[in-house]
Amino acid sequence: MLPVLDEEVVRHRIAKRIALDLEDGAVVNLGIGIPTLVSDYVPEGVSVLIQTENGVVGAGPKPEKEDLRFIGAGGRCVSLLPGSSLVASDTSFGLIRGGHLDATVLGALEVDSHGNLANWMIPGKMVPGMGGAMDLVTGAKTVYVATTHVDKKGRPKLVKECTLPLTGAEVAGVVVTEFCVVRKTDGKMVLTEIAPEVTLEQLKEHTTMDFEVSPDLCPMKGID
Amino acid sequence: MTHKLIKPVMSAEEAVKNVKSGSSVMVGGFNYAGVPYTLIDALVEQGTKDLHLISNDTLYANDKHPEGVGHGKLVVNQQCRKVTASHIGLNRETQRLFNEGKMELELVPQGSFVERIRCGGFGLGGVLTPTGVGTIHEEGKQVIEVEGKRYILELPLKADVALIRGFKADRWGNLTYFGTGRNFNPAMATAADLVIAEVDAIIEDSPLNAEDIITPGLLVDILVLKGDGYYASRT
Repeated sequence: MLPVLDEEVVRHRIAKRIALDLEDGAVVNLGIGIPTLVSDYVPEGVSVLIQTENGVVGAGPKPEKEDLRFIGAGGRCVSLLPGSSLVASDTSFGLIRGGHLDATVLGALEVDSHGNLANWMIPGKMVPGMGGAMDLVTGAKTVYVATTHVDKKGRPKLVKECTLPLTGAEVAGVVVTEFCVVRKTDGKMVLTEIAPEVTLEQLKEHTTMDFEVSPDLCPMKGID
Repeated sequence: MTHKLIKPVMSAEEAVKNVKSGSSVMVGGFNYAGVPYTLIDALVEQGTKDLHLISNDTLYANDKHPEGVGHGKLVVNQQCRKVTASHIGLNRETQRLFNEGKMELELVPQGSFVERIRCGGFGLGGVLTPTGVGTIHEEGKQVIEVEGKRYILELPLKADVALIRGFKADRWGNLTYFGTGRNFNPAMATAADLVIAEVDAIIEDSPLNAEDIITPGLLVDILVLKGDGYYASRT
């Protein structure tokens, strides 16, 4: 069995780990859920430009006073940071598809051995629409997948082959769960960091994704 | 000021009479921002059915707002035979009516959605995008290889009427936008036979500063001043 961690600890751990990867000056789009939390953990001395698909380039935290005229992609109000700009949707998606985004952080239903990502629908159950996700995974230089290691029923989310409809084929660059970091390197998924609560054997038991273990495997960063 | 370049200012009720049963209707907005709430309320009141709604999302319908918010009301009120959108997850009625086979639903990736509208408005036969390649979105669409890379051919999207939301207008119909309210509105203004713009203010006696204009007035047919509804007055 995998150890059971507090849900909030899990969410914040994943967000913090991804934030540690972001470089100064990076242009980043954050999806809803755990990805939204990434902006809270951007390390000191690092400034990133947060882009939202509905047209904010340079979004800041939720303002104290709600103003529905300034909405983020997740439907939460946003503030504008100094240096920000507002653009229309065609320009916003031009930025996304055109390779002007260094990273996007998205959630997952499944992510597999080839880096295929499924996160937008469960046929017959949940068909909310892909929104901007298909464009984001196509255009961003690095796609970060932020997900719990297993689903609510304990089934692996890092799977051998996705069974759900894909958001993008072979798009995932880095997968971060509460227990590990997997990076796609030379077309292969490589485990690079592991959390202190689990052993490699435990992790393998709850992961059906094919992955290699990095010779430089180290403890997961960002855990206090 | 009576010549043709000066655009008529109407009430929302009068303006939406142009939306007929069976019309395709583009509606601007992303989530709460940039939505022509007053025009939508008038269209709900008018009760026109069999519409093809083309909008990024269908806003909200949930326990807090069972009647729906913005153009979400058009879905709740069962005025749409079809919805073309990129995300409908926050309106439970859109999902339900689609699942029960009572309404057609076409989901389009958001970037492709706006490009299709741009094609419609800018005289292009389609656009080649890498978005959706290798997914079920590819099904039934032409895939074209250019210099070794595969692209989906996305076809133009046009409408009979566009209901858009601007910030300031002058009497020539020139528009500016505010905050995140710009979103799909400028693109939709190019892609419909009739464009009705709801705005926060109509400057009566002088033109807007030409440098600030995002949508040129030639694209706008009718101006409507926003009303004092809950969301119209908060956006």
